[in-house]
Amino acid sequence: MIIKTPSDLTAKVAELKAGFSGKTQLLVSLGTCGIAAGGSPIAAALRKHVTEQGLESKFEVVDVGCLGLCYCEPMIEVKAANGKSLIYGNVTEEQIPAIVAAGADKVAEGLQVQATNIYYPEDQEKPEKKVVQTRIALRNSGRINPEKIEDYLLKDGYQALAKVLTKMKPEEVCQQLVDAGLRGRGGAGFPTGKKWQFAAAQPKGQKYIICNADEGDPGAFMDRAVLEGDPHAVLEAMAIGGFAVGADTGLIYIRAEYPLAIARLKKAIEQATSYGLLGKNIFSTGFNFTIELKYGAGAFVCGEETALIHSIEGKRGEPTFKPPFPAVRGLWGKPTIVNNVETLANIPAIFRKGAAWFKSIGTPGSPGSKVFALAGKINHVGLVEVPMGIKLRDVIFELGGGITDGREFKVVQIGGPSGGCITAKNLDTAIDYESLKALGSMMGSGGMIVMDEDTCMVNVARFFLDFTVDESCGKCTPCRIGNKRLFEILDKICAGKGTPEMLDQLEELSNVIKDTSLCGLGQTSPNPVLSTLKNFPDEYKAHIFEHRCPAAVCTAMLNYIINDKCIGCGLCARKCPVNCISGTQKTRHHIDQSKCIKCGVCMRTCKFAAIDRK
Amino acid sequence: MTCCCEKTESALEKLARLEPEKTAQLNAFIDTLPIGKDIESNRAHLIIALHQAQGIFGYLPSEVQQLIAERLKLTRSEIYGVISFYSYFTDKPIGRFKINVCCGTACFVKGANLVVEQFSRELNIKEGETSADGRFFLGVLRCVGACSLAPVVMVNERVYGNVTPAMVSQIIADCKD
Ligand SMILES: Cc1cc2nc3c(=O)[nH]c(=O)nc-3n(C[C@H](O)[C@H](O)[C@H](O)COP(=O)(O)O)c2cc1C
Ligand code: FES
Repeated sequence: MIIKTPSDLTAKVAELKAGFSGKTQLLVSLGTCGIAAGGSPIAAALRKHVTEQGLESKFEVVDVGCLGLCYCEPMIEVKAANGKSLIYGNVTEEQIPAIVAAGADKVAEGLQVQATNIYYPEDQEKPEKKVVQTRIALRNSGRINPEKIEDYLLKDGYQALAKVLTKMKPEEVCQQLVDAGLRGRGGAGFPTGKKWQFAAAQPKGQKYIICNADEGDPGAFMDRAVLEGDPHAVLEAMAIGGFAVGADTGLIYIRAEYPLAIARLKKAIEQATSYGLLGKNIFSTGFNFTIELKYGAGAFVCGEETALIHSIEGKRGEPTFKPPFPAVRGLWGKPTIVNNVETLANIPAIFRKGAAWFKSIGTPGSPGSKVFALAGKINHVGLVEVPMGIKLRDVIFELGGGITDGREFKVVQIGGPSGGCITAKNLDTAIDYESLKALGSMMGSGGMIVMDEDTCMVNVARFFLDFTVDESCGKCTPCRIGNKRLFEILDKICAGKGTPEMLDQLEELSNVIKDTSLCGLGQTSPNPVLSTLKNFPDEYKAHIFEHRCPAAVCTAMLNYIINDKCIGCGLCARKCPVNCISGTQKTRHHIDQSKCIKCGVCMRTCKFAAIDRK
Repeated sequence: MTCCCEKTESALEKLARLEPEKTAQLNAFIDTLPIGKDIESNRAHLIIALHQAQGIFGYLPSEVQQLIAERLKLTRSEIYGVISFYSYFTDKPIGRFKINVCCGTACFVKGANLVVEQFSRELNIKEGETSADGRFFLGVLRCVGACSLAPVVMVNERVYGNVTPAMVSQIIADCKD
């Protein structure tokens, strides 16, 4: 069926609603994380059980994207037509009969359900609870089958596009986005409406809109979740953007490492085209818009917009100096909008509910919500979408469930390799673009890596610089050579070969790289060094002056030694991966330091605290 | 031109002789691309062509680069420039079991480097190398998106989660031809 007018769309939705079964849904999270944790066999077993028990009239198994509770995958959500829902985590096949038998009204005997604190501002009143997730970009992720456009249509899908095309002028579209105050979620936080106005103001002719799905920050996966869980939201937003700036072609630049997201996007484009929601003469308005996929090939710098454009042109993905901005001269020299996936995913909601609604969420300077990917030493690894202005403490300790194994919080790294670390004393900061910058960190894409007391900050800085050196494209000297030298200095300090001058050298070199690099990669790459130097000078000094790694991480400076509490049980010797522990039964054992790889397995397995780390 | 009865074999002829099926497959894919006289627009198909070629051949030997160059009317040097820029592409054959340890930030924080070191010791190869028998390749990746299972190891398509150095020998033993 081709949807030719907004009333066709309304009719189609009414038809879908009429056919709605009212069955209890069994949602199985099948994003990359869910599949890796074994979600597919669970979904298959669930289907088999429902069929074998003849329960098809009551239950329906739905494959959905990621709900963000990655810490308890595989998971099953039992959701009744009246909205009641129960979420079971770490599900095994044996638990399936009990879960299905209990339905959505009561918790299956002997099992626990996961508490959720998610609220959807488009559909619900804000709950009284103090700390809640506020989901706009992730509104459909984990709720609908991403491979069925009908599911999206039932969630008000393509209504925003219908409204924009039939009731608004392009200038009004840009203006509404300016009024909403949406800022880019891909890193820099540039106002999206302004960017669209720039491109719209360029003379008529070929223009492009590009979705940046390169998600290069290692440890951030929100864009992947959106693409795998709600691909149509991105397509709809791109079409709205195309109309606003006068572009008839959209491109999605996606990393080749995301095969599942690619497959779902392809399917979504096909379905939208077959309904006439992409293609020629959309909603009979004469507006044409098509979307193509372009693939990355493993280069972090290609997330930078000018580099990305060169990569689409088939060249090496090296950035160029701005201005001219892509909105003026972009892909093949034509005006081009580059927007991040999450930015785009917010846009349909803004046109459904209005600019004032969007502005009522978040802070005046940074309206709306932001998705963060929580990872590292935190209990609830996964995705949270929170209103801007929320306190870091609430994100980490309330929504994130605190630090693993009851350890002490040390820092949280926000903004990936371009960001900086935030320590315990700043946990009450209200998060927005400006406050994070003031702390020497940055919003970046929204990766939030939590580290505990067992983390060595010098080693962390070294890790990020290793990444930057790998990923620097080499076009400008400060970034190519400067970062390499920074890395070498940090490497020496971690190896116990640090000298006092290095402290000043690190700082000076960092500032030169920041000031003189060509693109955002080099301009931000020294941030991890500067922020660890500023917050943890004592750790640097301990490495340099005392040849000691306070967190006992830098292996060159530590040894594992068996003390006289050893009773000779031999457990450590059996567990040692390199067999470097010897000794006879019931006598004190000994570690051969020349073979020891300092993995710490012995210390963790010893039940008698007989192993010291010095 | 002089007569040359024993004509030497060109790179493309060699490829067609050694890998006739794969070559035909790649040519068939390139046939679907709208290649024309305009170098600029041909270039836009280079990266997808390289992806396909690597998918077919497993890597991008110089004969394959030559074929792509001729079909897209680009120079060999430009193609090599692109291959060497993107870490996804490789011009060396890699092992049948591609062991990739995730060294993204989440995995790093949970000790991925110890896992890399253990693989390196047990397989006696360094990161980025393939074992002499051509079975194992050891590489690192940046975030495979399964951070909740950190540290993560991927062997071809199979994902191992919460990997410790002690699990390494079992993972290697799981690799059966
Ligand atoms: C080194 C570097 C890497 C970047 N990587 C990404 C990325 O992976 N994804 C992304 O959306 N933006 C990335 N950006 C930001 C883009 O250049 C650009 O600002 C963004 O895509 C604009 O979209 P937005 O306004 O919607 O945020 C990166 C920037 C730099 C300097
Ligand atoms: S950092 Fe390893 S899976 Fe994300």
